Amino acid sequence: MKVLFYYLIFPGFLFTAVAGMLASWVDRKVTARVQWRQGPPWYQNFADFVKLLGKEIIIPKQNKWIFLISPLLGLASVSIVATLLGRTLMNPSESFLGDLIAEIYLLTIPAIAVILGASASSNPLASVGASREIKLVLSYELPFVLAIVITILKSGGLIRINDIIGYQMANGSILNSVSGAIAFIVVILCIQAKLGFVPFDMSEADQELMGGACIEYSGAPLAIFKLTRQMLLVVLPIFLISLFWAYSPNIFWFILKYVILLVIIILIKNTNPRVRIDQATRFFWGPMAILASIGVILALIGY
Amino acid sequence: MNLKLKALTKSIWVFHFASSPCNNCDIEILDLLTPRHDVERFGIQLIGSIRHADVLLVTGIPNSKTGPKLKEVYAQAPKPCFVVAVGTCALGVGVFRGSYNNLGCVDDWIPVDAYVPGCPPKPEAMISGIVKLLNSLKQAK
Repeated sequence: MKVLFYYLIFPGFLFTAVAGMLASWVDRKVTARVQWRQGPPWYQNFADFVKLLGKEIIIPKQNKWIFLISPLLGLASVSIVATLLGRTLMNPSESFLGDLIAEIYLLTIPAIAVILGASASSNPLASVGASREIKLVLSYELPFVLAIVITILKSGGLIRINDIIGYQMANGSILNSVSGAIAFIVVILCIQAKLGFVPFDMSEADQELMGGACIEYSGAPLAIFKLTRQMLLVVLPIFLISLFWAYSPNIFWFILKYVILLVIIILIKNTNPRVRIDQATRFFWGPMAILASIGVILALIGY
Repeated sequence: MNLKLKALTKSIWVFHFASSPCNNCDIEILDLLTPRHDVERFGIQLIGSIRHADVLLVTGIPNSKTGPKLKEVYAQAPKPCFVVAVGTCALGVGVFRGSYNNLGCVDDWIPVDAYVPGCPPKPEAMISGIVKLLNSLKQAK
């Protein structure tokens, strides 16, 4: 009963969904202000969500079940990550050994859900979107994991998020060291791709693929895909803060750090053009992976 | 007024169908997204896929090439989907009357919910057209 409450309501689904919609509103508002516009009102994402729930759902003839299940798959995995992270932050004794690794895996599932759904919809543009998403996942996972390895090395081989937070509270946050700063830069650019934001939004590219992977989705499944993205906008920055930037247990500082990280992500989104998929792969496997490897070496020799 | 309709009026996603216009109306439509008019204030967004659309915005006259495609796109839209005809060509036939490829205006192909006259209509006129469409929706309920 308690577990269900955690999963469905407080740190899990409902709380993260509401927070995600508000974070997504901050995204749209800051974007509008950067472009010298007024921007939507705060309830805009809620209105979008309710409206999409009320629309007709169009389902393709073949692959009915995969088409309908894949949005739920992404939503469920993001909710699990939110629950695990939230419980870890609130009550440290409830985490388990290796939850960091479990969360890295679970955070990949939303991308896989997008790939599955896009492939099941059998639309040529959606399949282009799916193939780009596959390439993007292959590209950013390498530097992302390398950057997290830096945290593990710095904290002396800890793979429990709770222990990593405890280490940072005792010895200062990992961001303060040279290798930690390198890892943070790499990981911010990686979550830009994980969130599907410009410059790495080529799987959804509105102007060339007409919505890309989500092109055939309408009504409630589309709403769930959007909601998954919005929840990731909450979960991923909190994941980064607890890995790299957690030196104070104060809730006020925590929220401030979250907002700073969110605004950094949004500003990167708004000041860059979309890159091609081959450029993105080269960027992640080239400069980013090399930078992260240098960070690993620095962490090994103690910087 | 029920919640569904209220959410719909607060969040209109527009699919733009250009059925052989002269592009003047299209330029004016893009003006709606600029800082001066900024229709995102009202939750109006231009989207790329007809499956996401609430409003199908048509400019130009449907001819023998674009007319059947217009019908197909309208059939693909998830309901409720409203049609707005923008510009004199889409409303009547305008300057194309008597042309060899003239098969009638948008009305002859699909049911239209709102008309915005003008050649091209001002962005203010389009916002007023959308507001009138929303008001008629609220009154119908």
